[in-house]
Amino acid sequence: MSETKNVMIVGVGGQGSLLASKLLGKLLLDAGYDVKVSEVHGMSQRGGSVVTYVRYGEKVYSPVIDKGEADYIVSFELLEAARWLPYLKKDGQIVTNIQQIDPMPVITGAQEYPTDLVEKMKATGAKVDALDCLALAEQAGSSKAVNIVLMGRLSHYFNMPEEAWQKAMEAMVPAKFLEMNKKAFELGKNA
Amino acid sequence: MKELMLGNKAFARGLYEAGCCFVSSYPGTPSTEVTEEAAKYDEIYCEWAPNEKVAMEAAFGASLSGRRSFCGMKHVGLNVAADPLYTMSYTGVNGGVVICVADDAGMHSSQNEQDSRHHAIAAKVPMLEPSDSKEALEFAKIAYQISEDFDTPVIMKMCTRVAHSQSVVETSERVVPERKAYEKNIPKYVMMPGNAIRRHPFVEERTRKLREWSETSGINRVEMGGTAIGIITHSTSYQYVKEVFGDSVSVLKLGMVNPLPEKMIKDFASKVEKLVVVEELDPIIENHCKALGLTVSGKDILPLEGEFSQNMLRGAFGKEVPSGNAVEDTIPMRPPVMCAGCPHRGLFYTLNKNKCTVLGDIGCYTLGAVAPLSAIDMTLCMGASVSAIHGYNIAGEGANEGKTVAVIGDSTFMHSGMTGLANIAYNQSNSTVIILDNSITGMTGHQQNPTTGYNIKGDPAGKIDLEALCRAMGFNRVRVVDPYDLKACDAAVKEELAANEPSVIISRRPCALLKYVKHNAPLTVNTDKCVGCKSCMRIGCPAISIKDGKARVDATLCVGCGVCEQMCGVKAFESTKKDN
Repeated sequence: MSETKNVMIVGVGGQGSLLASKLLGKLLLDAGYDVKVSEVHGMSQRGGSVVTYVRYGEKVYSPVIDKGEADYIVSFELLEAARWLPYLKKDGQIVTNIQQIDPMPVITGAQEYPTDLVEKMKATGAKVDALDCLALAEQAGSSKAVNIVLMGRLSHYFNMPEEAWQKAMEAMVPAKFLEMNKKAFELGKNA
Repeated sequence: MKELMLGNKAFARGLYEAGCCFVSSYPGTPSTEVTEEAAKYDEIYCEWAPNEKVAMEAAFGASLSGRRSFCGMKHVGLNVAADPLYTMSYTGVNGGVVICVADDAGMHSSQNEQDSRHHAIAAKVPMLEPSDSKEALEFAKIAYQISEDFDTPVIMKMCTRVAHSQSVVETSERVVPERKAYEKNIPKYVMMPGNAIRRHPFVEERTRKLREWSETSGINRVEMGGTAIGIITHSTSYQYVKEVFGDSVSVLKLGMVNPLPEKMIKDFASKVEKLVVVEELDPIIENHCKALGLTVSGKDILPLEGEFSQNMLRGAFGKEVPSGNAVEDTIPMRPPVMCAGCPHRGLFYTLNKNKCTVLGDIGCYTLGAVAPLSAIDMTLCMGASVSAIHGYNIAGEGANEGKTVAVIGDSTFMHSGMTGLANIAYNQSNSTVIILDNSITGMTGHQQNPTTGYNIKGDPAGKIDLEALCRAMGFNRVRVVDPYDLKACDAAVKEELAANEPSVIISRRPCALLKYVKHNAPLTVNTDKCVGCKSCMRIGCPAISIKDGKARVDATLCVGCGVCEQMCGVKAFESTKKDN
């Protein structure tokens, strides 16, 4: 495959997308791809909307993904999936957690949290796979494993052997959390 | 070994491999990780300095003693360190000196969008610009070579997308050059007029030699492709150009942006039909081309503001721009907010309630300007709150005193608030300064500073006593308050504003995100008691929202700070802590 593929990981600052991008980076690098991972540190991390770009292919140039370019959007939060939807290719795939975190304009009552976002995103032609990652993570043993649940679900759409995912997890997850994360991965994958 | 590495970490790896022995920096997004990663190598002495000027001068001292040294900062930090930089250009170095400056086009975490290349040109020092992690590592090593071969400090300019992107690097072993002996050399190192006059021609000659070097060294390279369009570019812009055009255009990729390779540029221009410069922010390469008499396009089709991207280039060059779909609903913005339990919240609520004019500073607490707290009137640069309140109060001729305060964080106060405080103490304006002491440098991700008692490695270090410092400067009124205690905050603000002499309030409570901070059990709302008055909403806590007309606490965010409890007139907030 020579064409560069694009994965966006989006969420709310503090939700822990770092491990997800590390895992993907390791997986793709070991598979022999050129890889770039880009994120922004600093003020936006204080509860703001955050995005990580993961790009892979034979040779990757730009570190960022632009509108209409993403093959996959992996979202930790529902509103964020909708926010970044314009970055998805018209036939792209969204994998999203259905958790909702109110942003400040909703908290203060200035704006409403939009309803039925999964249906509305599907109506645009996007393929949307929505699941309750928080419940699955808790089932695996920790609410912090939402990222791995999402990766498990994403593995459905990636042409990558199961062992490669396992190897990447073994390399990136601390040993004492490995079993719990493997369980989270399976729960996401089979959800 | 091939690995995926953050640009800033690759830069640090380059420092390590080049045998750098001394690092002194001040944190600033997006430069911070260069120093944090360097500090993970036991072979390199690393420290956080109180500010960038001190860091650069410390690095200069290390160079004098014959070691390769480094200092890192963000773009606005180089303004602070401009003074030593411009004269270090004259003295040159002993051990090599490399300076990292990280620009923030797009202002992801900055107060302006200045282009640091101007500093390199004005200070007449070479500037290298990597376009990915691999180059960040390689260029760090080349920079030391240039520094020592040409007797000059070298600036390496990063930008957000190079600093905070991971790409593939190959590492090698560390090689430490032998310490260069320090030799007394008054004409070279003592910059008084008679000596500086003789050093200036050396600087001009050095630039000429560096330009010659840049023509042939390989740091700049030509990638010939289609010749209808020739693009001169650098840094992350190079990546966007290659992404959009591949080999359909010819590219002159500049790794050294000061001085520019004039022969190479003219030669490249002669081989292409249309010459375009693709550079973020200011038209520096473009203007240089124009000065060489070349016909060139650039800022006529590309913006002066913000970051570039592949779609921006596609649009500017008349190519098809991809687009996606969107849902019809308006998506509410999700701006950054003060964290739940942030110790600054109670203080800003108090200032807003007392209708204070608040001259602010640089840090997380700049978020005190956001609704509903809306408590800050001005934010300019590091330290400006303390300096500006003095001018504001004196020129106000009595109209501003008693209702104006300056707010500044502990790290920012150490950086450049102390000199402003000295001015208040010396010239005696009736000003009230509030030091927001959260016992860490918060915004940049928890770096230690001279007030925390720990160094960059987390080991115990000297600890500056803020109260004693303010008293030693001559302040009689210095008091400490807990910002979780709204009554105490209100009393402190009212009393110090009423006093007829300068005062300092230290609002002290560690950042709620610090690992050692123990949180209370989350609060919950007793919906039988809650009357839906929304009093608690006035503090802008992200853990509190209104659902079905009643307040609700998000237990995953709440740290039990109790500020909302103090806002509630009907005692609806209750602890979830189970009684033993």
